[in-house]
Order: sequence, then C-alpha cells, then structure tokens
Amino acid sequence: MKKGNDHGKHKYGMVINIDKCTGCGTCMVACAAENNVAVRADQSDKERTITWMRLYKISNGKEFPHTEVSYFPRPCMHCDHHPPCVSVCVATATKLDFNTGIVSQIYTRCIGCRYCQAACPYGARYFNWWDAFPQDKGMDRYLTPEVSPRMRGVVEKCTFCHHRLMRAKTLAYTEDRRELEEGEYVTACTEACPAQAITFGDLSNPEHKVSKLIKHPFTFRLLERIGTEPKVYYHSSRDWVRKLGDNFLPGEYTPVVNQSWAEEEWSTKPGRDEF
Amino acid sequence: MTPFSFEWQWNIEYIIFFGLLYIALGIIGVGITFTVIKTGLQALGFMRERHF
Amino acid sequence: MDSPLLPHGVKRCSTWAFFFWTLPWLALLAWGGLSAFLCLWKGLNQTNMSNVFAFALWIVFDLAVIALGAGAFFTGFLTYIIGKKELKNIISTAVIIGFICYSGAMAMLGIDIGQPIRGWFIFWHANIHSMLVEVSFCITCYLMVLAIEFIPIILENRKLEEIKELRIFGHNLHEIMAVFAATGTFLSFFHQGSLGGMFGVMYARPFAAREGFYIWPWTFFLFVLSAIACGPCFTILCTKLTEFFTRKKLVPDSAIQLLAKISAWLISLYMVLKIADYLGWMYGVVPRAGLTFESFFREGPYGVYLVVCEMIFCGILPAIILMVPKARQNQGWLIIACLLNCIGIVLNRFLFIIVTLAIPVMPFDRFWGYLPTWQEWGIGLAVVGYGFLLFSAAYRYLPIFPKERELNPITE
Repeated sequence: MKKGNDHGKHKYGMVINIDKCTGCGTCMVACAAENNVAVRADQSDKERTITWMRLYKISNGKEFPHTEVSYFPRPCMHCDHHPPCVSVCVATATKLDFNTGIVSQIYTRCIGCRYCQAACPYGARYFNWWDAFPQDKGMDRYLTPEVSPRMRGVVEKCTFCHHRLMRAKTLAYTEDRRELEEGEYVTACTEACPAQAITFGDLSNPEHKVSKLIKHPFTFRLLERIGTEPKVYYHSSRDWVRKLGDNFLPGEYTPVVNQSWAEEEWSTKPGRDEF
Repeated sequence: MTPFSFEWQWNIEYIIFFGLLYIALGIIGVGITFTVIKTGLQALGFMRERHF
Repeated sequence: MDSPLLPHGVKRCSTWAFFFWTLPWLALLAWGGLSAFLCLWKGLNQTNMSNVFAFALWIVFDLAVIALGAGAFFTGFLTYIIGKKELKNIISTAVIIGFICYSGAMAMLGIDIGQPIRGWFIFWHANIHSMLVEVSFCITCYLMVLAIEFIPIILENRKLEEIKELRIFGHNLHEIMAVFAATGTFLSFFHQGSLGGMFGVMYARPFAAREGFYIWPWTFFLFVLSAIACGPCFTILCTKLTEFFTRKKLVPDSAIQLLAKISAWLISLYMVLKIADYLGWMYGVVPRAGLTFESFFREGPYGVYLVVCEMIFCGILPAIILMVPKARQNQGWLIIACLLNCIGIVLNRFLFIIVTLAIPVMPFDRFWGYLPTWQEWGIGLAVVGYGFLLFSAAYRYLPIFPKERELNPITE
C-alpha cells in the first residue's frame, strides 16, 4: 500500500461536549461492541472490568437545590509527544504513531507487566485478568472481524478505532483519493452518541471541526498541568466542570466567563454555538 | 516479533545501553572461560596448582 | 546419617532434627507451589490485583527483597574491592542471602507478568528508554554473578572438595572473585537505582514523580543508597537469627560492628538526602500538579503515619542507635536498629508502589484500598520458605562461617 498512500501527518483527536452528554452510556456500549471487548457474566467488579470508554459521574459538590450532576466520558487520551505509557513499556508493545497521533497497543508483543497501567494517570489501560470469550456458546459470532480479540494477560486500551481508519484509507485508495474527508473516519463512540456530544477529526487540519473547537475558551483537557498533552479535549460552559478537569491550588483556577450556565445555555444570541 | 526480527537502531542510547551490557556479560564470560581453562590445565597437570 | 557431608570440626544437629526443621518451610513452598499453579492455570484473577493496583504485593516483595539482598553486592564490594579483611567472615552468608533474594524475586516475577512465556521479550524487544528494562537486564546478569559467587561456596562441601577438578575449579573461581564482585557492584548499582527510577519517571503520577539529574530522577540515587544502607543490616539480622537457632556464635564481632557502623553512616546520609528529596517534592512537583501534601492522605487507608514511620521510627531512630557505639555494641539495640532499618526500607518501597496507585490523579476519581489474596501471600511467603530451606542447607553442609570452629571449639 506504499505507492500513492497518504503519507501526510495527521493528529487525530476528539472534543467531547460535556454539556451535551446525557450520561446514557451508548458510547461505552458501542465501543465495547465495536472493539470486541471481553465481558464477563458478572461485571460488578468495577476494578477489573474492561471499559475502553468509561463514563464518570461528576457533581459540583453542592447541596440540594444547587446540586448539579454531569457525566464525563473518558476514552484513552492518546497523549502526544511523550505519553507516560509509551516510554515505560518494557517490550515496545505500545507506540505513538507520529503520522496519526494514535497510541497503539500490540497485543501479541505485550508481556503483561502492567507498568503502563501504573504510569497512566487516566486509568485508560485495562488488563485482561481473565481469558476473554468462552469458546463455546457461540459468543464469537458477534465479534467484529477487523479487531483482534485479546488473550489473557495482556493490556488493552482505546485505539481511536484504528481499524476504521484502515477501512477509510482502503476505501479512499480504491477511489483513487489520497486524503480522507472529515467524517470518513470517526470512532464508534463518536458515531453512536445520540446527543452528538463527541466530535472526532484531525486536530492539525484547520478545516476540521475539532481544530476549531479546541480554540474555544470553554475547551479544556484533563490533567493538563501534568504535561501529558492529551488529544482528547472537553468542552463545557460550566466552571465547576472545567475545574474538575485538573487539580488546582486555592486561587489558581481562573473562571473563563463570568456567566452562569443556565444563562449561557438558554441564550438566544445568534452564533452562540460558534466561535 | 519473531526471533529473527532483531531490533537495533544506530543511535547513541542503544550503543551505550547494549555496549555496557555486553561489556558486563563479556567480563563474566571471559572470567568463567578463563577459570574453566585454567582448571582444566591444572587438573590435567599442565599447570601448577597455587595453594593458599 | 548425612555425617560424611557435614563440614569438618563442627557440630550439627541430627538428620531427623534437621528434617523436622525443614517441614514448615516445605509447607510454605507447597502453598507457594499451589498458588503459582493456580495463577498460571487460571490467570491473574486469582489475585486481588486490579486495573487500579497493577502493582501489588508481589512487586512490593520483589523490591523489598532486592533492597534487602543488596548486602551481597555491597559486602562483596567492601571485601574484594575496598579490601576489608574482617568481612571475609561474613561474605559467604551475604552471597547466599543475595542469591536467595534475587532468585526468589525472579521466580515471583515469572508469575507476576500476564504472559510468563513471553518474558524473554524484555530482552529481545527491549525498550531501552524504560527503567524496567534496565532493571530486568541488570537483575538477570547479577543473578548470574551471584550464582558464580555461590559456586565456590558449594564446592567447599567436604565431599565435593575430594573431587580434584571441583576443588581446583572452586579455588580458581575464588582467586578471581574480585572481578565478579566488581561486575556485580556495577550491575547492582544500576538495577537498584533503576528500581527507584521506575517510579520517579512516572511524571503523570505526582505522588511518585521526581525531578532529577539528566534522565535519572532523584529516586534512582535514593534507592541505591537505601539499599546499601539496609543490605548489611539484613545480613546482620540473618546472621543473628542463625546464631539464635544454632545456639552458637558464628561471626566475630569485628565483622558485625564494621557492617553496622557503615550502615549507620549510610542511613544517616540517606535520611538527610531523603528529607531534602521530600521537601523538594513537596514544594516543587506537588504544587506544580496543583496538589498539596495533605491531599495525598486525605482519604483512604494509607495515611501520613506511613511517612512518619518511614522517616522517624524506621529512619532517624535506627540511624541514631547505630551511630552510638555503646548502643551498636549492645546486641538487643543492634538487632532492634537493624530491624527498624529494614522495615523502613520496605515501607519506602510500599509507599512508592501501593500508595502511588491508591491515590487518584483525576480530581473525580476515588481513593482505593487493597488486600492480597491467599494465593498472593502463598507466593510471597514461598520465597521466605525457600530462603530458610536454602540457607539451612547451606549452613548444615557448607563451611559458610569461616570462624565457626574458632568461636566454638569442640571439647572432646
């Protein structure tokens, strides 16, 4: 596929609008279904279930009637330049692809030492504590053919649905195109979200929606101060949500806009959604 | 991934890391070889034994 | 029954007594064997490790025994490179303890990784930027060195010494032991350091992250220093334990006191640097991440008391005891100080491993607690059983204490 392949540099990333997220969990289910994530009969042990996309419930911590609750989807951040997990992997089983910005995981290379799990602050990496699918009972019939199921004892994580990128590139190649259009390659969670809270695209392409959204003052990243440089951005007009995106010492957090969420949300000013 | 895919890069970090490792392994290997040969020669009588 | 195998001129208990002595340790090994089988057959779900506690009891044990086993390389360095002749009376003990610690640690690691058969990937597909690769390489090579240092001790067995070739081989190995001791020192420096570096480089975990010198975080140097500070203490403790069970004096005081004095200076230096490191971290790394020292201990089972124990009761206190000659020469205080010192180093490793993982980094994440399962204890304690067995066999059949006959003349 070398000849005529798209060798351009892309930086695939995501912007998740927390204000639109309803906490329905469709992204979690779509991700698990698309990526052949192993499920057990009893998933109540939340310390060991595998959830590449995971929904956290956040609250502003105030008492009724001022309580506000929101939901925070957290995929793998696909940290840039120096991901904490890539530099510590013993067997070079995880790599940052500089052409796509995706942090990949090679399951057949992973020895399961779990150093990457210890290094990741987002808890985005999951270890296969059990063997995946029971071989009988026909559970293999719903597997996605493009995604390899993982064996016991290896680490896995969100891949930004890399197989969909391969699918889109193959399609483009057959149509004699070199560049992918926006929307041709989106992750399963992006596609599945009923509120369209997730926007996925090329952060380094100025025409893609994500590259515009990340410039909005309401957009922030999770744990930005630590220096992981995630490619997953979050967007919220609510101060308390943005404050939960990182750790701040007293007085360090500066509110972006001094308006209440309700005022902003129900505002009928034209161009409210755009920047 | 297979044993035949030997990963090597010509950069200073690789050279220092594996250089030091092979030096350490080399010292161990040479030491053992030297001892084995010396033992063999002494056992067969070609060399005198040194007693403490 | 096994009297032809016993060393010359020393008394050993009867074979039956020895057999009964080995039973509890064999039981521990059996428990460990069953646990290992279960973990290899059914998977690591047999443990209480989770996606939060990716590192748990076994890694704590590994790091602890490797730190405690540092007495082997350090005593070897002092004996063969620096030339401290008194330590020749304790070097064999130190080497055997080191061998037990490192071989036990390697065995535990074989069970700990998710795909043990792929363990060789660390060597073949090494990521040289990873501290754990550095650790693995150096530990494996150092285990080789320890085995080489152990062989001449084994060959000093009465029956084996009768075989001319083995006797000559043992003597020749002993002659060039300085070369292996030097290589061992080099390898040990790097893996003890890299074990610390492993945690210091995790820049996304503010509790463990440290600044440093070039690619080495300060934890690299602190871990080496703490290992050489507690290694000799552990050697002293094992010697004292052996003397307790065998009811005889085995090592002259000059060797013990020298190790204790060196340990005292090293712990003191370590404490000064560790306090500086804590301060630098508390006023550097921590506020830069938007956190405070108290925020790490706000909830959860792991409180500030661990740091207090590590630094004061198990750090400054043993340093003072060992520094004062009168206290150091008192058997009771010496043992207490050595014990506290070793506990302090184990606490330090525990803090870096378990507490780092228990503390959430994301503001909306929670604190976690962890308790090991019986399978995890089984494998951890099997190393203890293995250690007792191997050391007992070595004491029984090999002349590991050169001054034993002199200190315990057998009056016929």
